[in-house]
Amino acid sequence: MSAQTAAAAREGRRGVTLRPGAWLTWAALVFFFVNLLGVIATVLLDSLGRSWFASWLPTGWTGHWYSDAWKEFGLGQVLWTTVEVTFLVVLLSLVLAVPASYALARRDFPGKHLLTTLFVLPILVPPIAYGIPMATVLYKFHLAGTVTGVVLANLVPSIPFVIFTMTPFIEQIDPKIESAARMCGASTWTVLTRILSPLMLPGILAAGILVLVRTFGMFELTFLTAGPSSQTLVVALFSAVNSAGIRSTQSIDAMAVIYTGTMAVLLLVALRFVNPTQLVARSSE
Amino acid sequence: MSGLPLSTTPAAPPGTPARAALRHRLAERGVDRTLLLVLPAALSVVALFCYPFLYGLQLSFQPAKGGVFGAYRQFFADPFSRKSVWATFSLAIPAALINVGVSVPISYRMRREFRGKRLLLALLVVPITLGTVLTAEGVLEFYGPAGWFNRTLHLLGLADSPVQLTMNYTGVLLSLIISGFPFAYLLTHSYLSGIHPSLEKAAATLGAGWWQRFRHVTFPLLLPGLMTTFCLSFVMAFAVFPSAMMVGDPNGSTHVISIEAYQAALERFDYAQGSADAMIMTALMLVVLAAVTGLRSRLYRGSTGGKG
Repeated sequence: MSAQTAAAAREGRRGVTLRPGAWLTWAALVFFFVNLLGVIATVLLDSLGRSWFASWLPTGWTGHWYSDAWKEFGLGQVLWTTVEVTFLVVLLSLVLAVPASYALARRDFPGKHLLTTLFVLPILVPPIAYGIPMATVLYKFHLAGTVTGVVLANLVPSIPFVIFTMTPFIEQIDPKIESAARMCGASTWTVLTRILSPLMLPGILAAGILVLVRTFGMFELTFLTAGPSSQTLVVALFSAVNSAGIRSTQSIDAMAVIYTGTMAVLLLVALRFVNPTQLVARSSE
Repeated sequence: MSGLPLSTTPAAPPGTPARAALRHRLAERGVDRTLLLVLPAALSVVALFCYPFLYGLQLSFQPAKGGVFGAYRQFFADPFSRKSVWATFSLAIPAALINVGVSVPISYRMRREFRGKRLLLALLVVPITLGTVLTAEGVLEFYGPAGWFNRTLHLLGLADSPVQLTMNYTGVLLSLIISGFPFAYLLTHSYLSGIHPSLEKAAATLGAGWWQRFRHVTFPLLLPGLMTTFCLSFVMAFAVFPSAMMVGDPNGSTHVISIEAYQAALERFDYAQGSADAMIMTALMLVVLAAVTGLRSRLYRGSTGGKG
């Protein structure tokens, strides 16, 4: 009996890839990745090809679509706006949300549930649904189409996001450390700068990078609130695709590759500091 | 920085014991100056989210014609906009079900540590960060009539003429799966890793096969987390906008409610109608979320397992 079980266990361990269930799982994942690779590679190759109609690969290679795209879409201006908006959103959302996460992590007070709901709502309600009223309000305050308007709109999902990333992080910092510092006579300011800040820094960094990646890729809100001079890269990309016709797909793809490249760099930086699951959920590990 | 914990509350001046007592009682329930730290974030969310939303709500009751509920009546009277509700649900529900349904067996299979797991997780993040616009652009070219996908089908003899996969319902569903599946997978994965492996080991010791272990131990613990995953996947798919415009058929089968709202507000400049559409969209979404959350609250929510 025990020999049988041991044999089954050994077989199970060695033959993981041989069972149909495991095969199916891997096949599904591989199929997904092949498709994903295809989707990305098509865009990349098209941006480098001279022309590509009915063949497996483009005919001839060239890099001039990139310079075309740069001139045609004014990418210098667009990239500058993107950097400006992203930087401001990261900075402001951290400044506004980190203190709130501290209070939420350390205190249990009446109305906490209500407050949490207030912060969950902007994440749950689809961006289009509050983006449209928001665009109307910005128009009323003459902020429509300005960088300020875009930054304000992007703060709405970013603040709750920082809060839900930072609160669990601060919860795992032992409050006894702060008490100990107090015992030794540290003032509030000293506790903040010498004790809390260094401990919170990794969390702040992670939250900041996550907001950076999200804002860079945020389409709906920026699209609804941006004007011609305050477009970010992703919005410029969408507008280029949707008002195509005179524009060649290749230079649009070149722009898409620039977007993907920037995103990939941001992602590599982000993954050095955060766990992949943190990109979708508040950290639990 | 006013109130960090243990901030020494200044001794109440003599003669005001009642005030000091009140402050003391409040502090016991967690209300002290530390709470002021919540204010900046709470006020910004109120100003930037609640105010515009309520402004939109009252705007939706002031259409140019048709009385208070004119905009809402208009939405349901016009067959074109009414059908957008159906178009949205017929995209969002299958997309969310597929994404969550496929994530469960795959993440269950991969719950143990193995070599290259971190790389796999990192690769799965790629589509999330690509964003919807780039995914749509790629889907358009990869699955297009002359794209690699159709060429492969042709090469394998599976299709004689190119299969129409873009500019219709399928294209949008594909792009929703490409950007939504990794999201659902990563969430399911993090919920699953929150279930302690010893539970399954105990069941195995008692002689349960893998199906019994999954069916009676892991799955019930995972279910609340799965419902959260479903909600978030549904929210993502429900708000589908760029891909429905780019790879879909925005004036036909994928005329989803977000396109309807966008066109009303920013193409026809009928802000009242656009706001009304946005409110209808939010209401529909909240109904689904409330239904799923209601179901979830009847499930086991113990100290272990896929919390959410």
